[in-house]
Amino acid sequence: MLKRLFRHTKGEGNDCSKLCCTKIENFTVKVGKLTIFEDVNLHVHCGQLTAVIGPNGAGKSTLLRAILGEISHTGTLKYADAKGKRTGKPIIGYVPQYLKFDVSAPITVLDLFSACRSRRPIWLLPSNIRSEVEESLKRVKAADLIDRRLGALSGGELQRVLLALALNPMPDILLLDEPVSGVDQNGLEIFYNILEDLQNNEDMAIILISHDLNMVARHADQVVLMNKGVVCSGTPEEVFHDSRTRKIFGMLTEGGVNHGGTGFVWVEHKKKKHQQGCGCPDCAEAEGDEE
Amino acid sequence: MEWLEYDFMKNAFLAVLLITPLFGLLSTMVVSNRMAFFSDSLGHGAFTGLAIGAVVGIISPMQSLILFSVVFALLITWIKNKSSASTDTIIGVFSSTGIALGLMMMSYGGGFNKFSNYLIGDVLSITTQELGSLLLVLVLVFVLWGLMFNKLLVLSINQSFARSRGIDVMLTEGIFAAMVAVVVAISIQWVGLLIINSLLVLPAAAARNVSNSVKQYHVVSIGSAMISGISGLMLAYHFNMAAGATIVVISAVIFFITLLLKPRFVR
Repeated sequence: MLKRLFRHTKGEGNDCSKLCCTKIENFTVKVGKLTIFEDVNLHVHCGQLTAVIGPNGAGKSTLLRAILGEISHTGTLKYADAKGKRTGKPIIGYVPQYLKFDVSAPITVLDLFSACRSRRPIWLLPSNIRSEVEESLKRVKAADLIDRRLGALSGGELQRVLLALALNPMPDILLLDEPVSGVDQNGLEIFYNILEDLQNNEDMAIILISHDLNMVARHADQVVLMNKGVVCSGTPEEVFHDSRTRKIFGMLTEGGVNHGGTGFVWVEHKKKKHQQGCGCPDCAEAEGDEE
Repeated sequence: MEWLEYDFMKNAFLAVLLITPLFGLLSTMVVSNRMAFFSDSLGHGAFTGLAIGAVVGIISPMQSLILFSVVFALLITWIKNKSSASTDTIIGVFSSTGIALGLMMMSYGGGFNKFSNYLIGDVLSITTQELGSLLLVLVLVFVLWGLMFNKLLVLSINQSFARSRGIDVMLTEGIFAAMVAVVVAISIQWVGLLIINSLLVLPAAAARNVSNSVKQYHVVSIGSAMISGISGLMLAYHFNMAAGATIVVISAVIFFITLLLKPRFVR
């Protein structure tokens, strides 16, 4: 593993001068005496979708929040854009796992955007960025939602609105924390199509946490398996065929990831094992850092 | 308008015109940020502030009250953000300590009666000079509201979402808490501890029932606060009742009407 990680970093370290890239070096998060994860090294390129997988409590959400700077951590985040001109702090877009909010709040989608994007007091003056918001929403196929109350949005619609917001201003890195949990097949397709579009047209680096291994296998360029640290990383092919992945997910013993149904099999396994009390990483760290 | 011929009624009327929009405005975010219990505790803390002012004697009770309320509010906000204990527990601790300490100090030597005003409040006792300071606070709050409302709104949706949008959560919360503290402190002697919190909750609670956007929310909240304030004062004058309580009862009536109308308005 070390060897691969080393080679990986080294190999791509060189083309960092030409491509824009983000390096996460030696990230460690501790809460009190509890270590959430340690020594996470990640290398993310623009135009690439990096999927972070791992059991509950592996520290995936915490990693994203550490990248955001929301929780204190050790280690450094290095960023360089394509021309090597702008280095330092990248603009980060973030779509939370599940936005808990009061559904009765009298706030429209336009209100939310204006409050986030403009200094103009929205309770007093009409929004001056309506057309800009319309453009943003169009990108995620949600232009008709602009005057809808937040509480009246469906799960998939809300995630799309949040994605549009995360893309405004256009970020260098986009962090998605299980953005499509509980979204139907149709919504899922739309969501991944939007991501693909962003990768190709905006040359954006995307880090996505997902439990849907099928979708990960299909869309990710790089997969990182986390469990209190990086267990292994590489192409989906490499990671899904790694014995450690099999051990953690207890899957893929028959057939490969591309033969379908893997995500589903994994969920089945998790449920069953949990009922029996197996001592798998999930049970040991039930709920953990994931909210 | 024969009732406006009396000076004290004229002053009371002006006071209502100044206080109610203030409460209607703050109310929106008190309710959206689920701070009803917090604002209630500010009234309780105010008692300690008054008592300290009376005991220390270097500064006037009013100055002591405002100063103490702000410190009290910031302390709650700070501990709430730092501690893992639940918010209502922390506020509960502060609230009960605030009122008990205040009552203890006030009752020292049996002199509590002169403070009982603060429980019920008396808007008819307001002086022209006090109206001036009220106007100043109103202007200040509206200016601050213009500057920081957007942040406050994002914060009211979700704290960690706000943080991810680069909002300094503790600073924003602190400024808002201090604003509410000042408004509670200066108006408590006219509105009264027992009902001051209703004025911070009812207008926005009613407005939420019938509004879909932030702007409607503000218009209805301020509107209902002012309507209940003016009509409450008139009714209180005609039937010789406590003005503050009458205003609150009318606010409550408006709330229940909007509750019935809710299905017609909210999309």
